[in-house]
Amino acid sequence: MGSYFDGSQPGPFGGDPRASGRGQGASGGTPSGFLGLQTSSFTDFLASHSPGLLPGGVVPTAPADPDPRAPGSGLQPVRDLPHATTIVAAICDGGVVLAGDRRATAGNMIAKRDVEKVFRSDEFSGMGYAGTGSVGIEFVRLFQVELEHYEKMEGRSLSLEGKANRLAFMVRGNLGAAMQGLVVVPLFVGYDEDGGQGRIFSYDVAGGPYEEQRFYSIGSGSLFARGALKKLYADGMQAADAVLACVQALYDAADDDSATGGPDLPRRIFPVVATITADGFRKLPEAEAAQVAEQVIRERLANPDGPQAALRNG
Amino acid sequence: MRDKADYARKGIARGRSCVALQYAGGILLVAPNPSSALHKISEIYDRIGFAAVGRYNEYENLRKAGVTYADITGYQFDRHDVTARGIANWYAQTLGTIFTESPKPFEVEIVVAEVGASPSDDQIYRITFDGSVTDEPGFVAFGGQADQVSAALKERYSDDMSLSEAFAAALSALSAGGNGERTEFAAAQLEVAILDRARDHRTFRRIRAARLEELLAEARPAPAAEASSDTAPAGDTPSDTPPSGIAPGTPAPPSSTGPSSPSSPPDSDPPTGPAPGGSDRGGGLGGGSPL
Repeated sequence: MGSYFDGSQPGPFGGDPRASGRGQGASGGTPSGFLGLQTSSFTDFLASHSPGLLPGGVVPTAPADPDPRAPGSGLQPVRDLPHATTIVAAICDGGVVLAGDRRATAGNMIAKRDVEKVFRSDEFSGMGYAGTGSVGIEFVRLFQVELEHYEKMEGRSLSLEGKANRLAFMVRGNLGAAMQGLVVVPLFVGYDEDGGQGRIFSYDVAGGPYEEQRFYSIGSGSLFARGALKKLYADGMQAADAVLACVQALYDAADDDSATGGPDLPRRIFPVVATITADGFRKLPEAEAAQVAEQVIRERLANPDGPQAALRNG
Repeated sequence: MRDKADYARKGIARGRSCVALQYAGGILLVAPNPSSALHKISEIYDRIGFAAVGRYNEYENLRKAGVTYADITGYQFDRHDVTARGIANWYAQTLGTIFTESPKPFEVEIVVAEVGASPSDDQIYRITFDGSVTDEPGFVAFGGQADQVSAALKERYSDDMSLSEAFAAALSALSAGGNGERTEFAAAQLEVAILDRARDHRTFRRIRAARLEELLAEARPAPAAEASSDTAPAGDTPSDTPPSGIAPGTPAPPSSTGPSSPSSPPDSDPPTGPAPGGSDRGGGLGGGSPL
């Protein structure tokens, strides 16, 4: 576990200069315990100390001769966009809203009905992900620890841009595994204390970040969600309205994408919705999320396609 | 070996003492520290705090290593699997090795404290420069004139104190250390933190600014307490009642920054990092050793 008793450096200041390097691997190098560390990044520390703990697990290598009788043994390029979900984010007055559906699919089967894909990263930021569920969960956990670790080491939290950049590094680090099919693409949102506003950052398989204005969506249902938000979103809308708009968008995504789940009334499974404002990250309690979802459904009974946007402005 | 031990002891005795003690609402950590950027008391993990005396760069190194150890344990297993006992043992191993194999021992003494769901689950461990660990139930004073401070603290300590009472006891004990002269501490000369039992997730909270002034005022004799009533928020319990009258649930003064937590009334300022309008940005790593 990387203590002094792992048979490595005897000295107290065994600050192995390679300890802060990337990808040296725990097997070849001699980790010097944790004293004399040069980095406040937990991900960098794992990369040098225990790369097997990084999301995706092993360091990926391309097999020299892919076996044609074993499909998938060669490196498969990512052909489709990240799949099986819809995550939406919308900037509101004084913050940002992040919401995600609850479905996980495996081929044509529904693998899970109540997946949580929206998480608190720290007090003023959150992330959702699209892609492989298990790797996504690892990403979420690792990113939470990354932010907390930095804060404890340095005595201050990262700037919002710093957090977005660290997530980009993590995504980039997962590229090898992604190319073997273990894709994870996050959507990162946060409240920027300096500017007093919410911000959204998107990524692609190789990293990022890309800052998005107003609203954004990722996942298999993202095109439908973005279309809905195009008509529903208004600049400077209040948090409650942004929440409603996001839930409408998720409903529309579920309406047209089989891999996105709509609200499940009988089982009381609703989209996970969170707001991030100056008061911090707040996940809507089930009762509140239910209220919003039920309101949407009630109105859809009369208008199945949802609120109708005005054809002409003014 | 004996020379090393003497050398380390002398180094530790040169500085100021630090105290850790249980109270009804958690664990209180107090250290005289004129620096606002260089900390003797820090967060290790959700329910675990760290306090140290001695040579700053040495215990700062150990602090970071302890944080890394805790984070990797929590990540590999689960957050609930990180315990003060595990960390204390790890520090004992590390310091023991350093003491035996290094030409110069670390001149440090460390306390690792964990707050439990109830006071009977709290733990306080003290690890000395040579890797000895002791379990210190209730309270501990270490560094500086530890024996004197410890004796003074023992007189004033009782189970189930409120935060104000515990702080008053700590302050009184620290002031008593050192040749019978009483030192008066101002807020700027103290580093104070709690592990707040009632909080979810991260329980470590620094007590600073207005909240610290309040506690200081409550700890002092009555005449000074009237002057502090200006800092108390409207509708709050009047601060001129004796220290035992203030419950740990006193809401924070309006100047305290930070998100309101639905789970428990904020007892103090939020931790170093994410305070909006953050007064503690840019923790510097200075060379000065706040012994």
